[in-house]
Amino acid sequence: MGRVLETFINGITKSNPTFILLLGLCPTLAVSTSLDNAIGMTAAVMFVLIASNITVSIIKKFVPSMVRIPTFIVIIATFVTITDLSMQAYLPSLSQSLGIFVPLIVVNCIILGRAEAFASKNSVKDSFADALGIGLGFGVAIFIVSFIRQLLGTGEMSLFSWVLFKVPGLSDNPMAIFILPMGAFLVIAFLLAMFRYMGVMEGE
Amino acid sequence: MSNLIGIFLGMALINNFILARFLGLCPFFGVSKKMSNAISMGLAVLLVMTGASFVTWFIFHYVLVPYNVQFMHIVVFILVIAVFVQIIEMAIRRTNITLYNALGIYLPLITTNCAVLGVTLINMNENFSLAEAVVSALGGGFGFMLVLAMMSNIRERLDLADLPDSFRGIPVAMLVAMLLGLAFLGFGGMI
Repeated sequence: MGRVLETFINGITKSNPTFILLLGLCPTLAVSTSLDNAIGMTAAVMFVLIASNITVSIIKKFVPSMVRIPTFIVIIATFVTITDLSMQAYLPSLSQSLGIFVPLIVVNCIILGRAEAFASKNSVKDSFADALGIGLGFGVAIFIVSFIRQLLGTGEMSLFSWVLFKVPGLSDNPMAIFILPMGAFLVIAFLLAMFRYMGVMEGE
Repeated sequence: MSNLIGIFLGMALINNFILARFLGLCPFFGVSKKMSNAISMGLAVLLVMTGASFVTWFIFHYVLVPYNVQFMHIVVFILVIAVFVQIIEMAIRRTNITLYNALGIYLPLITTNCAVLGVTLINMNENFSLAEAVVSALGGGFGFMLVLAMMSNIRERLDLADLPDSFRGIPVAMLVAMLLGLAFLGFGGMI
């Protein structure tokens, strides 16, 4: 049990996919304009990551190593298609705002990376813990970025159309640059520098 | 004709893949340390994007649509791109060994470059004709190469700058990307 837990915690902290490994930056930057998007994207990525990690781990003995990468890609693409179609059917507005980034989960380096580096070598239980940890790590990262961007860019915090709180003064004159694409670069640049200053990224 | 020019400029400058759409960031930060590598990578992406758009357009309109299996597009497109990258790699190795050595390891990496899959999906969503799809891929690839080359030039100089330690490398590259993005906002009024 201890090892499973350790694998899980590692995914969030020491091998956080976004802040430490710098993988899968595209969706983190692109859809982090609001908390709703962040939660939707995390759910989609986690589902694909868990499902593909488990599948890869189950079939690892039968796949010849020469064709393993194409096999992994097909497995991932299948789960991404499932996610994309279900999202279009049940959550059309979320699917609209995430747009092209749901199908693009298929080329997200986090997922293929975990399939190749972890799931193809470890047991099903460990792979599940790894997927959960890495997925949550991605979620934490995208959540922090969206929180900052939504707070400064709109001046109010809302979650699924409930307004949680408004910042006096800022909500009338929000700093719109944080909602624009440039804001994402700005926020991530400072977050990375901050983590490095605090010594989290020493191993880089 | 003006429509095609509009698509080209839109994809290359206004909705630039890196700065406005956030596609292909991994090679953008990974390969933009040296000018020569950046140009090779940009060239390879341009080549694969155009080819993949051409091929996936035919597959989508003549295979997926007639058999009514459009929902398979993600699986099919990624396989087409993977196969296409393989073929281009083999072709370049046989015909032009200098170019092959210059592109080197970047060719296989393109399979997982989200800009390439992105351009095929954009072409499909916008319902582009064949000419429009190819032009949009050319524009997108050109914009990608342009920003990559600019970025590598800036980063070569940044190496000599006296930065705070925690900002060295990726964080300052992101700040530069932000400033480039602000500059590219100016193209917004062009069309």
